[in-house]
Amino acid sequence: MNWLSDFVRPKIKKIATKDIADNLWTKCPQCGKMLFNKELEKNDFVCSGCDHHLRLPLNRRFEMLFDNGEYKLIALPKLQEDPLNFKDSKKYTDRLKNYRKVTGNDDAVKVAQGEIGGIVSIIAALDFGFMGGSMGTAVGEGIVKAADIAVRGGYPLITIAASGGARMQEGILSLMQMARTTAAVNMIKEKKLPFVSILTDPTTGGVSASFAMLGDVNIAEKGCVIGFAGARVIEQTIREKLPDGFQKAEYLKEHGMVDIVVRRPEMRDTLIRVISILMHQKPQISQLALENHKE
Amino acid sequence: MNTGTNTLILDFEKTIFEIETKIESLKYLAQDEKVDISQEVNRLQHKLEKQMRASYSNLSPWQKSQVARHPSRPHCLDYVYALIEDFTPLCGDRCFADDEAMVGGIGRFQGTSVVVLGQEKGHDIESRVKYNFGMAKPEGYRKAKRLMEMADKFNLPVIAFVDTSGAFPGVEAEARGQAEAIASSIEKCLQISVPMISVIIGEGGSGGAIAIATANRVLMLEHSIYSVISPEGCASILWRSADKVKEATEALRLTAQDLRRLGVIDEIIAEPLGGAHRNPAQAIERVGESIAKHLKELMAQSRDELKKRRTDKFFRMGRHFAESK
Repeated sequence: MNWLSDFVRPKIKKIATKDIADNLWTKCPQCGKMLFNKELEKNDFVCSGCDHHLRLPLNRRFEMLFDNGEYKLIALPKLQEDPLNFKDSKKYTDRLKNYRKVTGNDDAVKVAQGEIGGIVSIIAALDFGFMGGSMGTAVGEGIVKAADIAVRGGYPLITIAASGGARMQEGILSLMQMARTTAAVNMIKEKKLPFVSILTDPTTGGVSASFAMLGDVNIAEKGCVIGFAGARVIEQTIREKLPDGFQKAEYLKEHGMVDIVVRRPEMRDTLIRVISILMHQKPQISQLALENHKE
Repeated sequence: MNTGTNTLILDFEKTIFEIETKIESLKYLAQDEKVDISQEVNRLQHKLEKQMRASYSNLSPWQKSQVARHPSRPHCLDYVYALIEDFTPLCGDRCFADDEAMVGGIGRFQGTSVVVLGQEKGHDIESRVKYNFGMAKPEGYRKAKRLMEMADKFNLPVIAFVDTSGAFPGVEAEARGQAEAIASSIEKCLQISVPMISVIIGEGGSGGAIAIATANRVLMLEHSIYSVISPEGCASILWRSADKVKEATEALRLTAQDLRRLGVIDEIIAEPLGGAHRNPAQAIERVGESIAKHLKELMAQSRDELKKRRTDKFFRMGRHFAESK
C-alpha cells in the first residue's frame, strides 16, 4: 500500500458515507429499503417498507408515550464508576467516556415522570445505544429510583427494556442488579400499584431474567427479540438451526410469556388502557385508542 | 461420594500428585517387605503438606476456577445426604416436568425441619447426563419456586447448595420461559419470610445461580467461584478469543475472596488443605458448621425482619460501594 491508499482513500470514504447514510438516509436492517430520516422519525422509526421497528433514541420514546410529549427527567444519583477496575482490550472507564460522548447519557437508563392518559406515571427506559443497554450498578440504581418514586407517589411504574443483559465489566455487581431490580419491582407490587413491563428489541440475558419478565402486564413491541440465552449460544449448544421466529415477541406471546404484542404507534394507547383500568381511573382516552380496540 | 480414583490432575497440582504417588508406592512396597518406611513417609508427608500449602494459598483466579469445577469436588447431593437427615426429595413444577438438575426436597438439618435446594452436576458420564450437567431448565426454577412457597407456608428455613455453570441454554428452555422462570425464582427468594442460606459449593454461574442465591446469607467455599458470566464466555465476547480466558478470569473478580471484599457474600468457608476434592468429608463438615452458625442467628429474627433484611441487603448491592469512597 502507498500513502495514497492509506491516507487519502479512507478519508474520502468517511466523508462520502457520512453525508449519505448518517445524515439523510437510514437503511432498514430488515428489508434494506433506504428510508429518508425525516420520514422515518415521523413514522416512529418504523420502516415504511416492511414495518420493521428500528431502534430509537430514549427522548423519542418518552415523547411518544407521555401526554403531549411532555415529561420531566428524574436526576439519578451518581455512583462510583468502574468498581472492579475492569480492563479488557480497552479500559471500562474509557468505554464509558466514549458512550457518554456518543449518546449524551450518563449510562444506559433514564427515568422520567409525566402523565399518560392523564395518570401520573414513572417510566424507566433502557438505552440500547449505551453499551447495548447492559445492566450494571447505574442501571440498577435507575430502576430502584424509579420504583421508589412510584411507591412514594402512588404512581404506576413502567419499564422499557432494551438490553443485551448484564454488564460484564461490572462482574458480580451487575449480576446482583438482577436481585436488586427484582426487589424494586416487588416493592411496587406489594403496594398494589401496577407494574407494566414493555419489552423492546432486544430484551435478553440478565434483564429478561429479572424485572423485565415480572410485569403485572408484559407488553412487547412487534418483532422484537426476547429471550434468556443468546441465539448463537443456543445454536452452539444444540448444533442445529433455530426455528423461524424463535425468540421473537410473537413467539413469546404464543408461549405465554407476554400478554400483548403491539406495533409501536399503538403502544401509547395500549398503555393508557392498561394502567387506567388497573388504577380504576377514567383516562382521557383518545379516539385512536377506541378505534384500535374495535379492530 | 467421590474418591480420588478418577482424579483429574490440574496443571499446578503436578508436583503434589508426584509426591502423593511416591508415598502411595512406598506404602505399597512396605506391605510386602518388612522395611521401616515411616521416616521416609513422614518426610514426604511433610513435603507434600508444604507443597500444598504453597500451591493452595496462592491460587490464581483461573486456578481457582479449575478447582471449583474439579470433577472430584463434592457436589450438591454429597452435601445433602451427609448433612440432611431424612432427606425426602420432592419432584416437579406442577406445570410441565421434573428437572433433575435442580435438587429439591425436605429434611432435617441438625434436627430443624428445612427445605433443601441445589444444582447437582453428577460425577460420571451417566449421572452427568441424568442431571444435565447441573444446568437447570425452567421447570427446575419453577420447582425451586414451588418449594420456597412451601417453606414459607410451613415456616421451614431454606438451604440451597449452588453449583451450576448456568441455566440451560436450549430451544425448549427458551420456549418454556427460562427468563421468566429465573426472574420468578429470584422474586420468590425475596418474598419468603423464612431464613434462607445459600452456599456456593463450586460454580455459581450467573442467573442460574442467583435464582436460588438471593438469600439472607450467602456463603462460599474458599476455592469456589461466582460470576455474571463464565470466564470462557467473557473472553470470547470481550477479547474475541478463547485464549484470553485467564485474563477474563482475573478481570471478573469471581473468587470468594474478591466477592467478600465487594460485600457480595457473607462468609468464606475454609477448604481442607489441597481443596475440597482432597478431603470431601471435611469440606462437608465445615459447610455444615457454617450453616448451623448462620441458621442459629437467622432463626432469632422475626419473619418480617428476615424478609426486610434480605431485601435491604440486595438493595444495597452496588450502591454502598458508590458511597464509600
